[in-house]
Amino acid sequence: MSTPEQRRFIGRISGQIIFALGFLAFSAVLLSQIGQETKWVKKTAFFAQPRFWPAIGLGGMVLFGGLHLWRLPRRRPQRTDLNEARIWAQPLEYALWFIAYVLLVPRLGYLPVTMGFVPLMLWRMGYRRAPILWAGVGFGVVVVVLFKAVLQVKIPGAAVYEYLPGGLRSFFILNF
Amino acid sequence: MDVFLASIEILMRWDVILALLTGSVGGVLIGAIPGVGPAVAIAILLPATFSLDPIVGLTVLLGIYGSSMYGGAIPAILINTPGTAVNALTTYDGFPMTSRGEARRALSLAYSASFFGGIFSVLCLIFFAPILARIAPMFGSREIFLAALLGIILVITAHRRQTLIAAALACFGIFINSIGLEAVKYTKRYTFDQAFLSSGINLIVVVLGLFALSQAFYLLQGDDEKTRITKLKGGLFQGLRELARHPRVATVSASFGVLMGMIPGVGEFTAQFLSYTYAQKSSKRPEDFGHGSSEGLIAAETSNNAVPAAAMVPLLALGIPGEALTAMMLSVFYVHNVVPGPQLFQNDMPFVVALYLALLLLNVLVLVFLLFATNHLIRVVKLPNRFLGVCILTLSFVGVYSLRNSVTDCIIAAVFGLIGFVLKRLSLPSVPIILGMVLGGIMEVKLRAGMARVKSPLDFIDRPIAFILFVMILGVLALHFRRVWLDHKELREEKWAIKHASTRFGAHLSRRRNFLLTERGKQVRARRSMLSRPSTDKN
Repeated sequence: MSTPEQRRFIGRISGQIIFALGFLAFSAVLLSQIGQETKWVKKTAFFAQPRFWPAIGLGGMVLFGGLHLWRLPRRRPQRTDLNEARIWAQPLEYALWFIAYVLLVPRLGYLPVTMGFVPLMLWRMGYRRAPILWAGVGFGVVVVVLFKAVLQVKIPGAAVYEYLPGGLRSFFILNF
Repeated sequence: MDVFLASIEILMRWDVILALLTGSVGGVLIGAIPGVGPAVAIAILLPATFSLDPIVGLTVLLGIYGSSMYGGAIPAILINTPGTAVNALTTYDGFPMTSRGEARRALSLAYSASFFGGIFSVLCLIFFAPILARIAPMFGSREIFLAALLGIILVITAHRRQTLIAAALACFGIFINSIGLEAVKYTKRYTFDQAFLSSGINLIVVVLGLFALSQAFYLLQGDDEKTRITKLKGGLFQGLRELARHPRVATVSASFGVLMGMIPGVGEFTAQFLSYTYAQKSSKRPEDFGHGSSEGLIAAETSNNAVPAAAMVPLLALGIPGEALTAMMLSVFYVHNVVPGPQLFQNDMPFVVALYLALLLLNVLVLVFLLFATNHLIRVVKLPNRFLGVCILTLSFVGVYSLRNSVTDCIIAAVFGLIGFVLKRLSLPSVPIILGMVLGGIMEVKLRAGMARVKSPLDFIDRPIAFILFVMILGVLALHFRRVWLDHKELREEKWAIKHASTRFGAHLSRRRNFLLTERGKQVRARRSMLSRPSTDKN
């Protein structure tokens, strides 16, 4: 049965203790480095010291993070907390997909990589029907044309475009 | 009059008109898709607007901000899922109307109420612009520091029952902002001798990570939801007539929206809560609220749409954003070397008025678009979650990579995406991190400048506005501590209801001690020892 504190708590309770402990440990480690990572400049006012604002930030993180941990409705880790932490690890895969996409664009080109990435990712997500995969390809083309060709956002031309013949090479570098 | 004509001239440019159209239609579409929201869209589009003129870029972003709430009402009314977070209250009365077969009436009323809220707030601001222009120059470094401090305190205290973690996350934002080469003494702060940290962590990278990538991860990790949409019957213009029958609720709700929008950190939720409570208390049929009341729907939609224009006031007049979306817009100003604040009102008033007029036109465009395109628009509500997740992931790349073509930025954004995902899972707020970064930067610069001119700490508040702001900070803190005390009392009462003894640990120990020391305790122990079986041990 849940306690009044647990009933009044906003959000899920599972995982809170792990997050709060991790946050506090991270803040305390950073605060312990303040002597090495910031400088105290002589003949400078207290509020203008380079160390002042990192100290405010980290001091606040330790103080309020500690108080948050103390006020948690349950401070003893349970199996449900570990299950929640396992769920936190799941998006790591998507983050790696994203980094792979980032690394491939300057080599193979924004248009080809996007046209491959979107349907591949949709396939990974469990979509197997051809119309939705083609919709993914179409979405990729629209994104590239809109941002690179129309809005001219700064995405460099791919290394592979160097092998294209004269006019086509500059057209692809500029637009795709 | 000259200012007005000059601002009309700015608005008549073809690129500004195109930006208005794109922003308004795009914002409605984004709002109508549950799971995307204006924060994700603005974060993604932000770097793309850097190459545009400030007025064009800001018009697109403002368009998305202002019109997303119109679109957000569609899924809130039709499938009981708010398109944007601020449409949550719309579901209370909108969806019951749909269940009764009055979906079109609910949509029409929501559009009309939103339109009224939007127009009312812009007119208020145009009317008050000359007064603001007179007050804004009275804000020096000290006043801006105190206003930023007030903003950060309001943002933290607005997260009721999550204040401690909101404060910790705001401090995390202040810390992130301090990383890198510090601009006055040129010393490194928390760079750990890594070259990529010397230039600091970019606000937009953090914003994209916390809002766009985390949302993509959240959608990809979840399941697709099946949605059934009711067919729309009837006219969409009836809402305007129905709104005209409730002028008092509409006006009061819009006024709450304007007032709450102007206060940093407060925003739509408080405005909606106040408006809805007022509408319910003053209604002849309060029992209908939550079961499809037209007044409830008007209160919710009018107040949230009155906020965007009002939220631009602290940003334009003082350079202080009150929430995450205006914090993102601040970076558009910085990129173009336009410094929002008192000087903007003094030197570039046509620009300010043009922005307000753009918001006014935007509301008209959105209403017209929605009245004619709702039937087609409701299809986007059905987009599957994981498909959307893939789309957001793809679009996030444009936002992060186009900033500096840096893979490191993308890795940092991915890390913040994972942090944002954890925060989302735990229902913890990520907005304090962004506001801590933005307001922390402002406070650092303004405190240094302000303290250079004061001899004693009391001199810091010797000017009227500084003193008023200081009193306001004390007032907000006092109110917050009072609320914490009342919450604590309420919790104790709740515990008392299920427990007969005192809930205090001290009292528990004291009772135990008394028991052990009293004569009765001794007697009881003596009696119990008599009853216990004699020892059979032989010495």
